[in-house]
Amino acid sequence: MTPYLIAFRAIVWREALRFVHQRERFLAALVRPLVWLLVFAAGFRAALGLAITPPYQTYITYETYIVPGLCGMILLFNGMQSALSLVYDRETGSMRLLLTAPLHRGFLLFSKLCGATFIGVLQCYAFLFIAWLFDITLPPLGYLAALPALVMSGLMLGALGLMLSSFIKQLENFAGVMNFVIFPMFFLSSALYPLWKMAESSELLHDICALNPFTHAVELIRFALYLRLEPHALLWTGLSLLVFGTLALWGYDPGRGMLRGKLKG
Amino acid sequence: MALRVDTLSYAYGAKKALDAVSFEVFPGAFTALLGPNGAGKSTLFALMTRLFETRDGQITVGGVDLRLKPRDALGQMGVVFQQTTLDLDLTVMQNLRYFAALHGLGGREAGKRIEEALDRLAMRDRAAEKARTLNGGHRRRTEIARALIHHPSVLLLDEPTVGLDASARQSITDHVHSLSASGLTVLWATHLTDEVRDTDPLILLHRGRVIETGLTGALRGDETLSDWFLARTGMPA
Repeated sequence: MTPYLIAFRAIVWREALRFVHQRERFLAALVRPLVWLLVFAAGFRAALGLAITPPYQTYITYETYIVPGLCGMILLFNGMQSALSLVYDRETGSMRLLLTAPLHRGFLLFSKLCGATFIGVLQCYAFLFIAWLFDITLPPLGYLAALPALVMSGLMLGALGLMLSSFIKQLENFAGVMNFVIFPMFFLSSALYPLWKMAESSELLHDICALNPFTHAVELIRFALYLRLEPHALLWTGLSLLVFGTLALWGYDPGRGMLRGKLKG
Repeated sequence: MALRVDTLSYAYGAKKALDAVSFEVFPGAFTALLGPNGAGKSTLFALMTRLFETRDGQITVGGVDLRLKPRDALGQMGVVFQQTTLDLDLTVMQNLRYFAALHGLGGREAGKRIEEALDRLAMRDRAAEKARTLNGGHRRRTEIARALIHHPSVLLLDEPTVGLDASARQSITDHVHSLSASGLTVLWATHLTDEVRDTDPLILLHRGRVIETGLTGALRGDETLSDWFLARTGMPA
């Protein structure tokens, strides 16, 4: 096994172990979307009429509509949670261990990103399983077809978290991320309502939603769950992954000194 | 030369943290980098371990330029940071395995080296314990054992006894001196003069500059090292 493969496996394994040790995090990750699915969706079912738009070929319940958005929500929270743990790692010093390993820094950060995505995708499948138990079902092959879309979206949102973690100075500043990243990204997207519905209220909000990378991640998942590929969503998600990943690498570049003051001991 | 730092400078904005720092660490020696708080020791360590990078000056490890071949140079270094870098939720063994993997070591080879390192620091019977349950001294020993797994040519320690009680401090200092006596090159940063022996090469860092280098005994002459240090830095040791 090559040194890179050994290190990759160890970093992903450590992320998984850390997740297992934090049972509250696992519970919160599952309860959050389930509350939306079983409480919020039930309340809004009557209020929101949905037209038949692709990928749907028949009328669907509101619960069915928001399932991809809630998968996206899991990945978004997971991405931010991993950013939080990176800031924590930096404050506790274990980030130094990672960054002083004799391997390419970009590779080390990519491995960390893959570890976080792996955890996020597992949570999504646990959520889809519980949704299935509540009779919110999708095409059987859709569960499999959604895997690459979930991985891609997870990587993109994880890269966003990685980028943010390189710019956040202290753990205390993380609350700002909740207010200025998670909530706007989630609500200004197609996770809870289709974009044409948003356009009826405000063209401007619709345009913002259409630019939001999270919208495209959700649509990528939505189409994949119905065995369809949405090239536009794939392109936007891929481009966002590239941009966030590049900025994260830049943020962690020792020559840029972005870590100055954050790693001083 | 095991480690060579040549006219290294670094600034945080307008504040100069290191000013043309140059020194050499000889193979097999326990070299003490002595300096009061704020002298620039941690900045120097961040540069030597490539957490920061500067174009102003040069660092070579075993003849390898850190800026030109960072991975080759880092592979020759074992590092113990001032702040603990153990994952407290993992066992000692899991921490060591994780580190070995970061250095590309897996399977039986990693297992063999981990056992060696644990034996060297008398930590084998603690291998299954969670890092959280260890006291400060044992956590440090674990970190030193970990830093030796990949057989580095030089071991860097940044104030490794901070926060330890007198007996643990003595024991860690003695341990690392004995590692050095068996051929390991050590650079030990500290602000505590009682950790330095007369036979140790000494580098005195003050306000970002190297102000003295030489053998400790010869440098201090008839003074105690503490008085000598105080006279040159204006600070109590």
